[in-house]
Amino acid sequence: MDIENLDHYSQLILSLAALVTLTSFIMLAQGRLLRLVFVFALQGFMLVLATTIAAYSFDNPHLYISAAITMALKVLFIPWMLRRHILKLDMHRDVEALSNKTSVMLGGASLVVFSYYVLHPIMQNSSMILLNALSLSLAVILLGMLLMISHHQAIAHVVGFMSIENGLFFAATVSTNGMPMVVELGVAFDVLVAAVLFGIFFLHISSSIDSLDVDKMNRLNEVDQ
Amino acid sequence: MIPAYLLLLLPLLGIFYFALFGHQEDVGRQNIRFNAVTLFLSLWLAVNVFNSGTLLSAEEYFIVDSFNVYLIVLTAFVGFTTSIFSAPYMAHEKDIGKLTDKRLRLYYSMYQGFMFAMYLVLTTNNMGVMWVAMEAATLATVLLVSLYRTPESIEAAWKYFILCGVGIAQALFGTILLYYAATQFSDAENALMWSVLYENAKLLNPEILEIAFVFMLIGYGTKIGLVPLHNWLPDAHSEGPTPMSAVLSGLLLNDALYAVVRNKMLIDGATDSHIAGYLMMGFGLLSFLVAAFFLHRQKDIKRLFSYSSIEHMGLMTFAFGIGTPFATFAALLHMTVHSLTKSAIFVTVGHAAQISGTQSIEKIRGLIKTQPKVGWGLLIGTLAIAGFPPFGVFTSEFLVLLATMQSFPWLTPFLLLGIGIACAGLFRNVQPMVYGERPEGKQAVQANLWPVMIHLVIVLWLGLAIPNFLADWFTQATILISGSAPL
Repeated sequence: MDIENLDHYSQLILSLAALVTLTSFIMLAQGRLLRLVFVFALQGFMLVLATTIAAYSFDNPHLYISAAITMALKVLFIPWMLRRHILKLDMHRDVEALSNKTSVMLGGASLVVFSYYVLHPIMQNSSMILLNALSLSLAVILLGMLLMISHHQAIAHVVGFMSIENGLFFAATVSTNGMPMVVELGVAFDVLVAAVLFGIFFLHISSSIDSLDVDKMNRLNEVDQ
Repeated sequence: MIPAYLLLLLPLLGIFYFALFGHQEDVGRQNIRFNAVTLFLSLWLAVNVFNSGTLLSAEEYFIVDSFNVYLIVLTAFVGFTTSIFSAPYMAHEKDIGKLTDKRLRLYYSMYQGFMFAMYLVLTTNNMGVMWVAMEAATLATVLLVSLYRTPESIEAAWKYFILCGVGIAQALFGTILLYYAATQFSDAENALMWSVLYENAKLLNPEILEIAFVFMLIGYGTKIGLVPLHNWLPDAHSEGPTPMSAVLSGLLLNDALYAVVRNKMLIDGATDSHIAGYLMMGFGLLSFLVAAFFLHRQKDIKRLFSYSSIEHMGLMTFAFGIGTPFATFAALLHMTVHSLTKSAIFVTVGHAAQISGTQSIEKIRGLIKTQPKVGWGLLIGTLAIAGFPPFGVFTSEFLVLLATMQSFPWLTPFLLLGIGIACAGLFRNVQPMVYGERPEGKQAVQANLWPVMIHLVIVLWLGLAIPNFLADWFTQATILISGSAPL
C-alpha cells in the first residue's frame, strides 16, 4: 500500500473518506445539539468536496449537479432547519449526558473494523482506494446507527438518519461515480420530504410528551404493564 | 405499455386532486372511482401481458412481466375494495370528531400517494427507482399512521419512520454494491436496469452480489416485517386508521417481498450457490415461529392480526427461499390468499373496534349479537387465515408443507408446530370477541361489508378450485422466478 504511488485523485478521496469517518466519530461523542448539527453540516461539506473532485477528475458533469444538490440539502437546508427547531424549542443549552461514552467510542471503532471485514471478499477484484472508501462509507452508515442508539434526543436521531444517507451517498460517488441521475434525483427528493416530515414530527412529539427525549415515548410495547 | 403509464399517472393526479378537494362530502365515492379505474387499467395491462408476454417500455424505464403484473392486479384490487370500506369508515371517524377536514384531505391524498408508490415499485425496470419508490411509500404512510395525532400514534409513526428509514438505507447500500458489480460490464446509465442485469447475471461478480443480497434482505426485510426487524409493524398497524392497516398488510409487505425476490433471481443467476435461499429460509422460519408465539399475548385486536401478518410473510419468505418451482408456486398462491384474507379481516376488525369504541380485546364482546355481519365476517376471516379447509390459505399452506417435505423434510415439524400455535393463539382471542353476551349500550355502525364478502368468496373459491387461467398465470410467473414449471 504505497500512498505516494497513487494519483492525486485517489489520495484526495482517501483523505476525504478518513475525514468523513472522523466527523462521524465527533458526532458520536457530541452532547450539545447545536454543535452536533454543525459537525453534520461539515460532513456534508466533505461530501460536496469529494463529489466535485470526482466530477472534475472523471469529467463527469452530472456529478456537479449532485454536488450542488448535496450542498443545498445537506449543508444548508437540513442543518438550518434543525438549528431553527433547536432554538425554537429552546434546547441549545441542553447537554446530553452520555453515560457510557467510552464504550460507545470503542463500539464505533469496532464497527469500522467490522466494515472492513464485511467488504474484504471484494478486495481481489477492486482497487485499494475502492475497498477503503467503500468500507469507510459502510462504517459511516453503521456509526450513524450507533449515534441513533446512543443518543436520546429526537434531533440527534435525525442527524444520525441523515448521516446514514451521507454514508450511502459517499459510497455511490466513490465506487461508481454516482448512481444514474434519475436515482440520485429520487433519493434527494426522498431526503427532502423526510427532512420536512421530521420537522413536522418535532412539533407533534414536543407537544405530546413535552420534550424531544424519545426515551419518554414508551406507551407501546410488548411487556405487560 | 399505455395502461401502465395511465396506471402511474392516475394516482399521481389523485394526490393533488385530493389534496385540494379531499374535504368534500362525497370524497369517499370519488376515491372509489379513482381506484376502480386503476383496477380496470391493471386488468387491461394483464390482458396485454397475457397476449404478448413481457412488456418493455421504449426507453426501458418500465417492465411488466407475468410476475409483477399479477401483483399489480392484486394491488389494484385490494386498493379498490379497501377504498369501498374506507368511505363509510372515514365518514364515521369524522362524525365522531376524531378527524377534521384537513386531515381527511391528507388521508385521501396520501392514500393515492401510497398507491402510486406501490405501482412504481412494481412497474419500474430500475432497481434504484424501486428503492426510491419503496422509501416514498414509507413517507406517504408515516403521515397516515399519525393521522389521529394521539401520543400513541405519534410514537408509532416515529418508530415506523426511523426503523424503516434506517432499515431500508441498508437496501440502498446493497443496491449500490449491485450497481458497482454491474458497471464492470455495462455502461453507467443502464447498469441498474433489471432487464439488462437479468440477461447478464452470469457476468456479475458473485462475491459482491452475495454481500449485496445480505444488505438487501435486511433492508427490504425490515419492510416485510421479518423478525427481528418487525418492531415497527404491530405499532404502525394498531395506531393508524384501519383502512391503512388493510393496505399495509395486504400490499406493502407483498411489494417489499417482491423486491427481495427480484434480487434473489439475480443472485441465483450470478452464483451457483443457494445462499440467498438459505438466508431467506432462516429469516422466514424465525419470523413465522416468533410471530406465532406472540399471537398468544396480544391485548389489542389490531396488534393481534398484525402479528398474524408477520407470521404469514415469514412463511412466504421461507417458501420463496426454498426456491423449487413447486414452493414458488405455493408462495405466489399464498401471497394472493393472504392479501385478500388479511385485508378482509382488517375491514371487519375496523368495524368491530368502531362498535365497541375500543381496540382492547378484553372489551370487545358478543359481536355476533350486536352486528351479526361483522361477527360472522371476523369469525370466517379468522377461520380462513388460520388455514382451515376449504379456504385458499389451507391449500397454499398445504402446498408449502409438501414442498418442504420434498426438499427439507426435517423442517416440516417446525412448520406444523408454528401453524398449530398460531391457530390456537388466534382462536383463544377471537372466540370470546365473537360469541358471548353483548355488552350494554353497543350499537351497530354503518358498515359496508361487500369487500369482506367478495374477498372471502374468492379465497374460498381458490381453496376449492384454482381456475385454469389463474393456474397458467401462476405457472408463468413460477417459470420466470425459478426457471421451470411447478408440475
